[in-house]
Amino acid sequence: MTENTTTEIVPTVSVTIDGVALQVPKGTLAIRAAEMIGVEIPRFCDHPLLEPVAACRACLIEVEGMPKPQPACAQVVGEGMTIRTQQSSEVAKDAQEGVMEFLLINHPLDCPVCDKGGECPLQNQAMSAGRGESRFEGEKRTFDKPINVSAQILLDRERCVSCARCTRFADQIAGDPMIELLERGAQQQVGTASDEPFDSYFSGNTVQICPVGALTSAAYRFRSRPFDLVSVPTTCEHCASGCSLRTDYRRGVVTRRLAWDSPEVNEEWNCDKGRFAFAYLAEGRITTPLVREDGELRPASWPEAIDVAARGLAAAGSRTGVLTGGRLTQEDAYGYAKFARAVLGTDSIDFRARATSPEETQFLRAAVAGAPIGVTYTALEQAPFVLLVGFEPEDESPIVFLRLRKARTRVVSVGAVATRGLDKMGGELLAALPGQEAAALRDLPADIRAALEQPGAVILAGERIAASAGAPSAVSTLAASTGAALAWVPRRAGERGALDAGALAGLLPGGRPLIDAQARAQVAAIWGIDTAALPGLPGLSGDDLLTSASRVGLSALLVAGVDPVDLPDPALALRAVDTAAFVVALDHHHSAVTERADVVLPVALVTEKSGTFLDWEGRPRPFGQVFKDALTMSDATVLGMIASAIGTSAGAWDVNGIRRELTALGPWQGARAVVPGVQPQAAAGAGFRLASWRELLDAGVLQEGEPFLAATARPSAAIVSAAAAARLGSPATVTVTGPAGSVTLPLEVGAVLDDVVFVPMHSSECSIYRDLGARIGTAVDVTAGGAA
Amino acid sequence: MAELPQAVRGFWVTFATMFKKVVTEQYPEDSHKYPTQPRFHGRHQLNRWADGLEKCVGCELCAWACPADAILVEGASNTDEERFSPGERYGRVYQINYARCIFCGLCIEACPTRALTMTNAFELAEDNRASLIYEKQDLLAPLLAGMQLPPHDMVPGTTEQDYYANRVKGPAAVEGEVQS
Repeated sequence: MTENTTTEIVPTVSVTIDGVALQVPKGTLAIRAAEMIGVEIPRFCDHPLLEPVAACRACLIEVEGMPKPQPACAQVVGEGMTIRTQQSSEVAKDAQEGVMEFLLINHPLDCPVCDKGGECPLQNQAMSAGRGESRFEGEKRTFDKPINVSAQILLDRERCVSCARCTRFADQIAGDPMIELLERGAQQQVGTASDEPFDSYFSGNTVQICPVGALTSAAYRFRSRPFDLVSVPTTCEHCASGCSLRTDYRRGVVTRRLAWDSPEVNEEWNCDKGRFAFAYLAEGRITTPLVREDGELRPASWPEAIDVAARGLAAAGSRTGVLTGGRLTQEDAYGYAKFARAVLGTDSIDFRARATSPEETQFLRAAVAGAPIGVTYTALEQAPFVLLVGFEPEDESPIVFLRLRKARTRVVSVGAVATRGLDKMGGELLAALPGQEAAALRDLPADIRAALEQPGAVILAGERIAASAGAPSAVSTLAASTGAALAWVPRRAGERGALDAGALAGLLPGGRPLIDAQARAQVAAIWGIDTAALPGLPGLSGDDLLTSASRVGLSALLVAGVDPVDLPDPALALRAVDTAAFVVALDHHHSAVTERADVVLPVALVTEKSGTFLDWEGRPRPFGQVFKDALTMSDATVLGMIASAIGTSAGAWDVNGIRRELTALGPWQGARAVVPGVQPQAAAGAGFRLASWRELLDAGVLQEGEPFLAATARPSAAIVSAAAAARLGSPATVTVTGPAGSVTLPLEVGAVLDDVVFVPMHSSECSIYRDLGARIGTAVDVTAGGAA
Repeated sequence: MAELPQAVRGFWVTFATMFKKVVTEQYPEDSHKYPTQPRFHGRHQLNRWADGLEKCVGCELCAWACPADAILVEGASNTDEERFSPGERYGRVYQINYARCIFCGLCIEACPTRALTMTNAFELAEDNRASLIYEKQDLLAPLLAGMQLPPHDMVPGTTEQDYYANRVKGPAAVEGEVQS
């Protein structure tokens, strides 16, 4: 990959601030230049990641030669400028205090009931830069309060200082200008269009950057005060974007999560799912181990449950299948990878709880597993051209979306739907029927091929390439032939880490091929086992694993956090769990799998353990334990207990020990599997092709218990093109019928290819796998109306 | 006068005291005769508005001010169905731990609604620590005549501003002009 590092000499200018002479890069704002010498100028509207607006006027400074005080947040320093801040200028001090007095005139005395109280820039700066006494004696302006700008975001207009941070964020960063400053003068207020709530995926950021308590979230309303909270830096467990978060808890309960600074990754933003979807942490935990006796699960002691699990798994041995789900930390996934190979002697392991294909498996082995960090967020920002394949960034990796949007990169998406996200990025759609992306990539227009040949061009392949025959092969070939960098962006936070930890058939940790003698020797040495004890041939993965288990090919299953409804054939998955003679489930919440398991072992949540997620870049995003006194154990620790009950130790099972082993192993340097060479397949069957993906806010289990967030999700709808809608007679609802059933959804007209219908993959109203029995690209029947 | 023997001189003090006014206050027998000073810092009380709604808004400023970390408050939202105080917010959980409280009164100074005041009650001794944690129901002022046990609505036609301006004088009585 090409590095765009040219040594550029940044021109500087000389400036004098409060009598201190300094050199600053040309174009620096006076407020930042003052920070460099440790002078903090009061500010509300200023935000380093937003365009200057000089709306609040709190930062007035005196600039020599200018007749009136100037706003420091919008004043670019010029050569030889002499600036005096409140530290050395009575004019600036008086101006700042005057503005503060004006800002406070209509600000209500809400501090005792305001969520911002205690961490409020207005409170703090009223103390540091205010006069202390108000001369205002009239009635304050009042508004009805609070009003909902969305189900989640509440607005107290009285408290607003009209700094426009929220509206600028919505417009400049998120691209959702659904809130705007309305009216003028004292009546100026933030508002939405009457029929369009602020249902942005990024709306929570406005609460965090609001410098007063005007915007608050329904979820955190009146929950606590800053001095109640213990804050721990963590990593978001919801997707592979890898956002840094700050988790605040009070008395053993998480009260809120904030986006935390990570300039390389999420900058200072995150999405609403990462911010608000944490209620699942507290509700409905499995508290004790459970063992099946006479057909019923009953609570059991840890030694008993471990003993039962150990005996059952030891008996099945290499005839065990391991499904880890995509949400584990890298350390826990490594625990499963090691447990399968070293303790059970099986290689039938898969971390993907979603649609997969053997072609994708080979693609991951060849191009992704154990690969060093290649494409980064910064590279995306600098890329001249980005091609998206089977990937909708706003839904599937929101921070990638924000970066692409920020950079104004030229983006082309290969797909069937010109989404809202693509529109906001200013991207173009390269039409490809769902499941037919490979053909489109093969017959790429010359201008796109030329764009990909530019240095720094990037291909981002989403996890949905697995659902498109030939697509993994096609992206690999395209990257090789054009020289574009290729990155694979999975949806779940644990997928990349699990892949690098070896939780996929045929792969040992670090991307090592299972069949490579040198790789086997390296891993066996670290695990302290005989090389011959490792499975000799790649095991089963994906659909093969479940099919085999459902036909008594595998006699035991070890399952961690897999919800069958995420799998393309939920019935097959349940049949596999039912058929397998022995099922051990490690989970923190009950699911269809734990209900059918023979042994259920409760494990720690992300707040109760430390670990690492690898984001899509491959960048480790370590996080610490939030609840230090939690008694729960991580998956790897529990597996270590089963391993020692079976009588195999195989190295470390604690998080630090596993980290040491992973570091000692490092990434694989030897020969890798070859990229797959599957040819595109022509579409079969007639009718509407089903386009689908997981929307950011849907019926996922980690979003349970948060009604305000769920209410901001996009309404479930079947989306077809205008022509197709006209053909159907433009009904209000349509019935989509797949091989296994049908659902009735409101009809929406969108920028979708003709003969394609978009249905959300797993919303609260419909799940294409469960309700339709259809996969991406399946021909489905769409008829007007239906039993709504 | 000749010097009395030392022993007798010592007893003279005792003897003379027998005819002096007794300063010992008998507790608990005569405690009713000796009330505390009116501004004595005793057990806290969570006050009510004239219609019985709670004055506490759950703002936690008392907990913030407390130098002994004796107060725990958790706020919550009033709803139209279940209203405990005027306005949006009320104190769902309110605890004072009298094993920690030093009766300094900073919490009283911090309270923005005069919800928290101190009574003169000082008989707080217990034989275990758990009983020294007073919950909200232990601290709430008794319902006086005309007060109604929350949850209930605000007096019809009033806003929380009318309560804060002390214009609500009873379950239906409002003094002066009410803010629309």
